Amino acid sequence: LSCKVLSSVVTPCYCFVSPQIRVKPDNTGVVTDGVKHSMNPFCEIAVEEAVKLKEKKLIKEVVAVSCGPQQSQETIRTALAMGADRGIHVDVSGKDYENLGPLQVSKILAALAKQEDAQLILLGKQAIDDDCNQTGQMTAALLDWPQGTFASEVSLEGDKINLVREIDGGLEHIKINTPAVITADLRLNTPRYATLPNIMKAKKKKIVTVKPADLGVDVTSRLEVLKVEEPPQRQAGMKVETVEDLVVKLKEAGRV
Amino acid sequence: FITPLALVLSDTHLKSVEMERFADEADVVIVGGGPAGLAAAIRLKQLANKHEKELRVCLVEKAPQIGAHTLSGACLEPSALTELIPDWKERGAPLNTPVTEDVFSILTEKYRIPVPILPGLPMQNHGNYIVRMGNLVRWLGEQAEELGVELYPGYAAAEVLFHEDGSVKGIATNDVGIAKDGSPKDIFERGMELHAKVTLFGEGCHGHLAKQLYNKFNLRENCEPQTYAIGLKELWMIDEKKWRPGRVEHSVGWPLDRNTYGGSFLYHLNEGEPLVALGFVVGLDYTNPYLSPFREFQRWKHHPFVAPTLEGGQRIAYGARALNEGGCQSIPKLTFPGGLLIGCSPGFMNVPKIKGTHTAMKSGMLAAEAIFPKLTAETLDSETAGLHVPEYAENLKNSWVWKELYAVRNIRPSFHNYFGLYGGMIYTGIFYWIFRGKEPWTLKHCGTDANQLKPAKECTPIEYPKPDGKISFDLLSSVALSGTNHEGDQPPHLTLKDDSIPVARNLGIYDGPEQRFCPAGVYEYVPLDTGNGMRLQINAQNCVHCKTCDIKDPSQNINWVVPEGGGGPAYNGM
Repeated sequence: LSCKVLSSVVTPCYCFVSPQIRVKPDNTGVVTDGVKHSMNPFCEIAVEEAVKLKEKKLIKEVVAVSCGPQQSQETIRTALAMGADRGIHVDVSGKDYENLGPLQVSKILAALAKQEDAQLILLGKQAIDDDCNQTGQMTAALLDWPQGTFASEVSLEGDKINLVREIDGGLEHIKINTPAVITADLRLNTPRYATLPNIMKAKKKKIVTVKPADLGVDVTSRLEVLKVEEPPQRQAGMKVETVEDLVVKLKEAGRV
Repeated sequence: FITPLALVLSDTHLKSVEMERFADEADVVIVGGGPAGLAAAIRLKQLANKHEKELRVCLVEKAPQIGAHTLSGACLEPSALTELIPDWKERGAPLNTPVTEDVFSILTEKYRIPVPILPGLPMQNHGNYIVRMGNLVRWLGEQAEELGVELYPGYAAAEVLFHEDGSVKGIATNDVGIAKDGSPKDIFERGMELHAKVTLFGEGCHGHLAKQLYNKFNLRENCEPQTYAIGLKELWMIDEKKWRPGRVEHSVGWPLDRNTYGGSFLYHLNEGEPLVALGFVVGLDYTNPYLSPFREFQRWKHHPFVAPTLEGGQRIAYGARALNEGGCQSIPKLTFPGGLLIGCSPGFMNVPKIKGTHTAMKSGMLAAEAIFPKLTAETLDSETAGLHVPEYAENLKNSWVWKELYAVRNIRPSFHNYFGLYGGMIYTGIFYWIFRGKEPWTLKHCGTDANQLKPAKECTPIEYPKPDGKISFDLLSSVALSGTNHEGDQPPHLTLKDDSIPVARNLGIYDGPEQRFCPAGVYEYVPLDTGNGMRLQINAQNCVHCKTCDIKDPSQNINWVVPEGGGGPAYNGM
């Protein structure tokens, strides 16, 4: 595959341990102050796959992209430490960042792909803070490129890509043309550690900062969050001795 | 069974792996991104900039981000911070809550005896700030980065490196990608070596590398053993009506008996929301193996003086950490060829004030000031390959740190008398308040904390109340709130020197005290599958890196080594 540039996309996300997440008192969102932000685990897998393809000399260059505030650069550094060649930080902060959703990110990625003349976009299948699972698919649609989502195996054959997808019914084998969008699922690979020497070397690799406006993208959201609340407290269960008891209790609760 | 010093590949796998490590050079390497380490780093860079010298300062920290393993009350005395960064206020240091009310009580089961805080008593907090230490540490990290310090959170220093002449050469980070059984996984990577002319060790209370250094350089031959306490802490969002920003409450007495050192704190923060930081400290020289510091903390919250503040509130964080109480009697030799000890690692906490951050920071600054001229001198004046900087220890002895610690040196040991708490308070009242610690004698501690436990058959089990789920809670839900996690497939970092001792000795004689003093539920005695007998189960993933087990194990069989960097608690502004 004689492709010029391969773009691997990394979206930063709030990767937090759930018991610590609190809803803001005004119910407009969750508290993000001081919560550690790190690379989305599925995006780590995507970066690892891109770096593996480069090591096999099947692609020429891996570019890591992140959309967000200043701290997103740390996530790009981790990707650079894993083996990406350079980074692009799309600067989105404040209210814009709070409202940044899959559609806006897809538009940004589509614009970047055209600008960089990329042949392949690799992303995580979904971000673990919002679980949308939309960015990859929307990006493919905007570019009118084929998509291979939930990939658990990727191999290049000439100018086509063989993919194994994890679907509810089992494993689906497909072949798609390039350029294409691939989203990574859990079993695609095990991401390598970003070792300290590589983190140090990554400081020398370039990260370029651009604004969405530079790419001609309008990040205003088409969605309005009305309310965020904690899930209802789980009620204690009740043990019953016999099936008859169960039926009686279900009838009492109006469930049958 | 060799005492493991770090997580290593099992012997069978050692040969199959490329053992060469990548090495890099810095001028100074600092182990630990807490107040002491960061103060030292900042001071070094300030001096370098002032004298227009180039200095490469690298700091490694096991927490995934700076501040994530920081846990403290805390009432900060801003003296050292003001010396380090005089314009801290303009730079946005998170000191938002000046102390406005200061209350000290002796609690009984139902009542409270107020104790007036006369000016001059160590627990007086006028001029101090209630802070969320994790946020202050994070801010210090930002200041350090601005000055050009290279910060590497998520990387744990696992090994001290030595030159041929025995001086310290630097540190190595741990190998990563080792499976539970000691074999290398596909993603196995060797750690990296960071070499330095001088290495500062600021691991906090009871550091694991410091432990090795004490042995290697005999640093403890002329001081008393260190004594410790465990501090447990929670953050609560309380009902606004109960919120009194700037209020500091301390208590002693109930639920501890008069011979068990400890007490509580409750601080009302003032950062825009009704947040209180509260917690409980228990001296680790307690004698009853049935004592559970965690459960003492939980039941203290039900006291009629405390519970009303918490009613209607919500607990949002939990954590625990050991702290040192030995004072100046327990400070070891601070310097050795190639390295220095700073902060709570050697231990500069002023116990009656319950403050150690200001002294830790000052020790870091003094270390930097002593090292700088030697590092940048025209000719490196050193007999050993690693720089020896004994001036640091001399300067510390001449500084306010030593004066302060010397004045309070007898307060903590004065609790070892028949009247326990009350004897100690009387001693403090007479000798500290009136004579300011000028008495010519220095009281000794009682030996190591690990040796204080009495056999279980000589003690009575303590009946703790069940947690009510509103004010008091069970251990596992608390551990969940610490956000602690470790990569599951790695060798457990709580290692045993002898596998047979836990059941034979700890369980047999002391009824398994580690089940009770661990604030994270790491240790459990469970029945064997065969049915007859018990075994010790170590749930290493729960560990919050408090170091209490390494300190209090009566058999001194548990050896805490550092797990893969980035694991451990995820404290947020604790």
